[in-house]
Amino acid sequence: MAATPLLELRGIDKSFGPVQVLHDVELSVFPGEVTALVGDNGAGKSTLVKCVSGIYPIDAGTVTFDGKQVSIHSPREAADLGIEVVYQDLALCDNLDIVQNMFLGREKTRGIVLDEPTMEQMAGETLASLSVRTVKSLRQLVASLSGGQRQTVAIAKAVLWNSRVVILDEPTAALGVAQTAQVLELVRRLADNGLGVVLISHNMNDVFAVSDRIAALYLGRMAAQVKASDVTHAQIVELITGGRSGNLGLPPEKPTDFVDITPGADQ
Amino acid sequence: MTTTLETAGGVKVVKPTVASHIRDYWGRVRGGDLGSLPAALGLVILVAIFGSARPDTFFSPGNFANLFNQAAGVTMIAMGLIFVLLLGEIDLSAGFASGVCGAVMAILLTEKGYPEVVALVAALVTGVVIGLLLGVLVAKVNIPSFVVTLASFLAFQGVLLNILGEGKNISIPDGFIKSLNKDSLPVTWSWILAIGSVAIFALVQFLRFRGRASRGLVTEPIGIILLRIAGIAALLLTTTAVLTQERAINTAIASLKGVPIAAPVIGGFLVLWTFVLGRTTYGRHVYAVGGNAEAARRAGIPVDRIRISVFVIGSFMAAVGGVMLVSRAGSVDPNTGGSSTLLYSVGAAVIGGTSLFGGKGKIIHAVIGGAVIAVIDNGMFLLEYSSGTRYMFTGIILLIAAGVDALARRRAAASGNR
Repeated sequence: MAATPLLELRGIDKSFGPVQVLHDVELSVFPGEVTALVGDNGAGKSTLVKCVSGIYPIDAGTVTFDGKQVSIHSPREAADLGIEVVYQDLALCDNLDIVQNMFLGREKTRGIVLDEPTMEQMAGETLASLSVRTVKSLRQLVASLSGGQRQTVAIAKAVLWNSRVVILDEPTAALGVAQTAQVLELVRRLADNGLGVVLISHNMNDVFAVSDRIAALYLGRMAAQVKASDVTHAQIVELITGGRSGNLGLPPEKPTDFVDITPGADQ
Repeated sequence: MTTTLETAGGVKVVKPTVASHIRDYWGRVRGGDLGSLPAALGLVILVAIFGSARPDTFFSPGNFANLFNQAAGVTMIAMGLIFVLLLGEIDLSAGFASGVCGAVMAILLTEKGYPEVVALVAALVTGVVIGLLLGVLVAKVNIPSFVVTLASFLAFQGVLLNILGEGKNISIPDGFIKSLNKDSLPVTWSWILAIGSVAIFALVQFLRFRGRASRGLVTEPIGIILLRIAGIAALLLTTTAVLTQERAINTAIASLKGVPIAAPVIGGFLVLWTFVLGRTTYGRHVYAVGGNAEAARRAGIPVDRIRISVFVIGSFMAAVGGVMLVSRAGSVDPNTGGSSTLLYSVGAAVIGGTSLFGGKGKIIHAVIGGAVIAVIDNGMFLLEYSSGTRYMFTGIILLIAAGVDALARRRAAASGNR
């Protein structure tokens, strides 16, 4: 297991106007590991992902990628570094086929003509490296695929570009039992191929099934980042809902942290 | 009985055969992916009806040649509209935009006395400028295209009236522009063109087959490729054979035979835009934005620029259509590109199989749909129906086509084949 993280976030702050969404967030992603990012709705998971992928600029903090400090200003820059995000709502075009979707925005050309044979070959090799061995045709429209197959195409699209970190935003949210298992297996395989994987999920079973580390966000703060083998299901749930669990997590709030808003309390 | 085959990297896929190919096609049709099948069937039925009612006039070579000239303007405008429709947008001003461009050309030719090339280029540039204006209003200012182009529909009608003058009619002089949608190619050239086209088509098909086979990718069965080449050859050669017949009423005065120049003009733009949509990055991005604009944006595609560009192509093709309309009429008046031109053009695209909901459509749809419209217009004229009845009938056909599109979408959604 590699000792140095591939992607390391330190002290990330992010505000939208007066609302501070991320406070001093730290996160380390190791190659060959699945890091689960968990947290309740509004905890800042999606914001954190968008900061890493260059959609939102960060207010403070550092991003270190492969030992070098970087600043990411656009999704394209993130992609150039090797950071790919697979979005929850599947950024696929239904009216295009598997190969066309996998190369969308980064088509291979020969002169001005699309180089379809090369793209089809690369797409086929990528799917094969993910052990996807049964599709009717690589030229099948994405619309005709099942939810799990679509998710597979979205993930394959992310790994096609020799990416090093793949961030998956709720990849199993809309899937059935068998398809979930299929996708989780694929997530595990990505890590086994040496990639750093960040899995955002609400489902504790999924999290414990595949992850090596678990990072829990609570109200915009990183409550804890722990090894999955060191914690229990219940502890993670406590971290998500309360920000701490026993000696894990954020320090307990002191009474001075609270403002008395009882009417007439000042008098 | 299916044999599987290993393709690139060892992904197993079903090996296609002629039978499985036909089965797949039928499966797609049943699943709601109709393409231009209804239009092609409709065309055959309409031709059969009109042909049996007026066998000597409808099936005469003269009338057949006439169909190309009749369809040319609407087909050109429809080709441009397909780009706009692919993004799920609409351009209602294309008809009068073609009129304005035609008028610009006619005025430069006659009143200003410029050479034909200058007038032609000026008309096309006018189209591009109109498209840029529409595109920027839609993509950057975010006004719905329906409103933008409805407003410009009215405005361009006014522009046309103002630059021509009330009730004025400008005739264009004889020359290249006038012969574009009026005269025919010499017989020798007609044959050279037809045979050359078939040969190039066959060559392209074989090169693609070889290119894929040499990399170990799945290839279409050779039978399908041969069938396709044979079909194109039969179509082009029969058409040429009919069109090279003598069709002058009195051969003592003048001989009239050969493929109308309009046919290679339509064919040229068909090949050009089909290539752009199917084989270039730009075309791929147009489909992507039409299918899922958000996915396209995340893939780094400049969505706004694509949106502007389709309006530019749309209005450019409207200008080409305007040139063809003016060429056919030999003159331009305040109603050029007006009345039914726009509705026939949108109708041609939709009847041909292009979806009004975006993301689905091919340039060939403009040609097939344009042919359907021209055949209805032409056949019903020969049957001596009033233009009122012709409009009603064309309206019903358009409604049927849009209905087929909507039903096919429902069917596609139900079969998970959106």
